[in-house]
Amino acid sequence: MAVYSTSEFKAGLKVMLDNDPCAIIENEFVKPGKGQAFSRVKIRNLKTGRVIERTFKSGESLEGADVMDVDMQYLYGDGEYRHFMKPDTFEQYQADEKIVGDAAKWLKDQDSCTVTLWNDAPLAVTPANFVELTIVETDPGVRGDTSGGGGKPAKLDTGAVVRVPLFVQIGEVIKVDTRTGEYISRVK
Amino acid sequence: MDWQPSCSIELLQLRAQTLQKIRQFFAERAVLEVETPLLCSAIGTDPNLDFFTTNYQLPPKQQTLFLQTSPEFAMKRLLATGSGSIYQICKAFRNGETGRFHNPEFTLLEWYRVGFNLSQLMDEADELIALLFARSSLQTTQRVSYQNLFQQTTGLNALVFSYQDYADYARSSGLIDAIAICKHDHVLWLDFIFSHQIQPHLGQNALCMVHGYPACMSSLARNNQDNPAITGRVELFINGVELGNGYYELSDAKEQKRRFDKEVAVRKVLQRPDVVKDERLLAALEAGLPDCSGIAIGLDRLLMLLSNSATIDEVLAFSISRA
Repeated sequence: MAVYSTSEFKAGLKVMLDNDPCAIIENEFVKPGKGQAFSRVKIRNLKTGRVIERTFKSGESLEGADVMDVDMQYLYGDGEYRHFMKPDTFEQYQADEKIVGDAAKWLKDQDSCTVTLWNDAPLAVTPANFVELTIVETDPGVRGDTSGGGGKPAKLDTGAVVRVPLFVQIGEVIKVDTRTGEYISRVK
Repeated sequence: MDWQPSCSIELLQLRAQTLQKIRQFFAERAVLEVETPLLCSAIGTDPNLDFFTTNYQLPPKQQTLFLQTSPEFAMKRLLATGSGSIYQICKAFRNGETGRFHNPEFTLLEWYRVGFNLSQLMDEADELIALLFARSSLQTTQRVSYQNLFQQTTGLNALVFSYQDYADYARSSGLIDAIAICKHDHVLWLDFIFSHQIQPHLGQNALCMVHGYPACMSSLARNNQDNPAITGRVELFINGVELGNGYYELSDAKEQKRRFDKEVAVRKVLQRPDVVKDERLLAALEAGLPDCSGIAIGLDRLLMLLSNSATIDEVLAFSISRA
């Protein structure tokens, strides 16, 4: 794997830090007029998702991490593992709940999502930005209310709970932004 | 092709107006504008500065020349000749320095005042900043000593190195990398803690002048007469941005030579490129540098602050990526 020096640290670069794969978010060159130059780096641990700040002396280097984001189709969950497939090669991957994490509540069979692979094994799963899911549980709304003010909780077929306007009913399909967990619209 | 400038036309105008005001300021004070070479046969020995070199072809000979990292040495040679107070607006070059606040080629305003001590020069710098920032209504200028600032912010004594105290502070402040990077290097610890914990908070909408730097951090400043552990060095900050550096200038040729030789030795240990120390500067100091103070201000950063720009690229016609 390639080795990257602090001057090559850029947002998105994947490197190994303390034996974990990480993604650089931000790199700031800090140098007093008279004094040592540092790189102050904001970096995300791709295993834990945690963002930390680290400092390197200018010229230090880190080993690159073999990390790739791959579009895959979510096949099914068997209770222990979730299964994914590369649509072009039909190659299958399995990931446990710890790796899938919060993405689980947005994953519907056959939907596409992004699987991050580290050394060809799943490291993290990111759902599509927008998903269309069916409401399976919600209080009956007040007829005629179209303002959407206030809203009510609704449970979706994947188990996620989102706030929806009062006029939206059980059985309807809605579009949700998975990054914020917010209701966008009804799908006709 | 990204042939267009990285700054706006308004910024070109702001730069031109700022240069005009600066020239007016010094004209009113009878400070002489000078030009000195960018190509030099000798260069500063600071182990933390990387320079550009180029080949001067003079067949059958050729000579390595340096692009200046600062006009300081040449200007001191003018001072030693009896130029009186002088200023210069010029390019300086520092290899490998690229970032939000750095471009490897940048513009400096540097001036020297014969007969001024550091506190008089600080007054003048304060006046110039007030003039240039007239419209941004800065708060009252703050003056604080490096030692007090360090003590207040970290509880540490900047002048006396205690590995245990410094390491304890790093652990309790989440500076997990400081211990591995700085080891037992006092100056490195000071740089690390200052740039991470102190500098970002200096001069909130105000000019902050930090003076009395530890002697170990100032290779061209005169030692303080009452306290040899500190020097006549000042740094200027606004909104956490380092804007300038000034000295009560060292005029003792022997002491200067000793400091150069020490830095040359440090460069050897760190395996940095060889330098040619400036014998002409030493000869000028030997001949006699008048009592003076001098300061350099980064004009590009000044423009960043005047225009609230987030990056130095936004104030440069063509930053290094488009040069």
